[in-house]
Amino acid sequence: MKLGRQTYAPEKCVYISHVADIAGSDEACGNLRGYIDQVLDCGEWGCDSHEKAETRMREEAIRSLLEKAELSECDVDLMLGGDLVNQIVPSAFSARSFDIPFSGLYCACATFGQAIAHASMAIDEGIGSAICCTSSHFATAERQYRFPLELGTQPTPTSQRTVTGAGAVLLTGKAPLWRCPEVTAYTFGRVIDLGCTDANNMGAAMAPAAFDTISAHLRETGRKADYYDLIVTGDLGRLGRELLAQLMKREGVNESKNLNDCGCMIFAPGQKCGLGGSGAGCSSLVYCAYLHKLLVAGQIDRLLLVPTGALLSKDSSLQGESIPGIAYAVAIECR
Amino acid sequence: MIGEKEYAALVKQASPKTNEAKTLFAAFCVGGVICMIGQAFSDVYAEFVPLDEKSISALVGMTMIFLGALLTGLGVYDKIGYYAGAGSIVPITGFANSIVSPAMEFHSEGIIFGMMARMFGVAGPIIVSGVCSSVAVGVIYYIAGAVA
Amino acid sequence: MFLEILSRYGRVFLCGGIVCLIGQLLINKTKMTSARILVTFLLTGVVLEAVGVFEYIEEFALAGVTIPIIGFGKSLAAGAIEGARLGLFEACTYGMRSVAGGLTAAIVFGFVFALLFRSKSKTA
Repeated sequence: MKLGRQTYAPEKCVYISHVADIAGSDEACGNLRGYIDQVLDCGEWGCDSHEKAETRMREEAIRSLLEKAELSECDVDLMLGGDLVNQIVPSAFSARSFDIPFSGLYCACATFGQAIAHASMAIDEGIGSAICCTSSHFATAERQYRFPLELGTQPTPTSQRTVTGAGAVLLTGKAPLWRCPEVTAYTFGRVIDLGCTDANNMGAAMAPAAFDTISAHLRETGRKADYYDLIVTGDLGRLGRELLAQLMKREGVNESKNLNDCGCMIFAPGQKCGLGGSGAGCSSLVYCAYLHKLLVAGQIDRLLLVPTGALLSKDSSLQGESIPGIAYAVAIECR
Repeated sequence: MIGEKEYAALVKQASPKTNEAKTLFAAFCVGGVICMIGQAFSDVYAEFVPLDEKSISALVGMTMIFLGALLTGLGVYDKIGYYAGAGSIVPITGFANSIVSPAMEFHSEGIIFGMMARMFGVAGPIIVSGVCSSVAVGVIYYIAGAVA
Repeated sequence: MFLEILSRYGRVFLCGGIVCLIGQLLINKTKMTSARILVTFLLTGVVLEAVGVFEYIEEFALAGVTIPIIGFGKSLAAGAIEGARLGLFEACTYGMRSVAGGLTAAIVFGFVFALLFRSKSKTA
């Protein structure tokens, strides 16, 4: 059902019945210590390239999701996913191990939100169940966006660390027997560019997009920001979160104390992660490892997940382009 | 929605600043120590290696490049660089680092199209600008000499 | 004797440190990446040698200016200046000749170490 220009509410119930996640050792000894299903022993994880390690990470996450849900591959109608590597190779290559129709998506670090929005739409259209999986890997992202790993460079004070991890969720139209989070609304993001050109300051580039999507979502659903127990953005980092709070205050969207960010939540103070985590795996990992458990346990009832993405490439920066941002909002509630 | 200029000002005001004193101190110390190591090699070679002064200074450069390359291979140089910044970029060891690190990075794409082709991804501009400027200096001096 | 060595190495440390400090200032102020820093310093070395002031600096600073990439630029320019006395062909090629050792070392060691080692993902 269309609620507004960008926002839709599924007419059928869309449940997030199961989650599975996997992460690198740094993520596992951060704030999410003890919440993560499976931990990589090292960044290479026995593979001869980091791209292969990321592919394997996704395969493991999806396999363990199927095991948890006690489903075989042919029970799942669709798999949606994306990552940050050129031509989303890890997503496509991990999909070849499964007998599940695949749809590859890309919206940089906002892909998780995009995947859930598209999957909800598909379930509304009659698909039985869908898997959404996004991932990122520190080493593949460094190569994709920055420098060779062994080059002795100093991170700038606004840089963030790409999360090594993957999170997979199973969306289904069939009501489970337990308290289960539901997707109750989703808002497609507009591409917003306020002229940020510093590729090492993604938080600043994405904050306006997050603000735009959140305010569109609230306006079109007629909800107040404090309707949600938590509004969690994807990977704005500490600077981006601060900028988002300032933008909300300026524009009169009541500044809410329930605002947080996956990038700020994932690493512990003292880890060398700049202003926080980033990457397509950041929001999916934090949701699957932590936020989903809060919802199921009843510690929160209403969550607005807003994965954010910076739509740049190494070449676009060199060509002098500014960095457009995008954000998707997904309302996840337990009723 | 906020305007571009206004937002840029907001970002500038909210952005954390580089810890100037700390980074400058680290760069100064590490850079100084690397140069001292080079001087030590130079003094030792001058004493024991029967070559002329020019060859010795080339040999010192090669030794430092070897050390930079080795530390890069062992995965230590990027850790030094994390703290030292320019202190480990500006010395000749940093030049070695900028050649070895992409070569290692692209090992997974094979030896010819990975390692060999991408080896100069970072250091290419240094070599090109160096060679071109040296030719320019040579030609200018040649013309100046011919005129005089 | 001891004092002489101390002052020698003190000078090297001080000058090398200052050169790197200038590089760090450039990084902090302009957000230059390492390749740009290296190019800037290399060209500085070429210019200093071309206008003839490098040898005076080197006399005082010793390895403090020859180990930074400035020294590489100085060798390039010095070679070219030397070649210019012999002819146009030499003017163009002697620059590379004078840094042949360093370049060869960088390429060969780069190749060998890249064969031996793989880059590793870094811990936070």
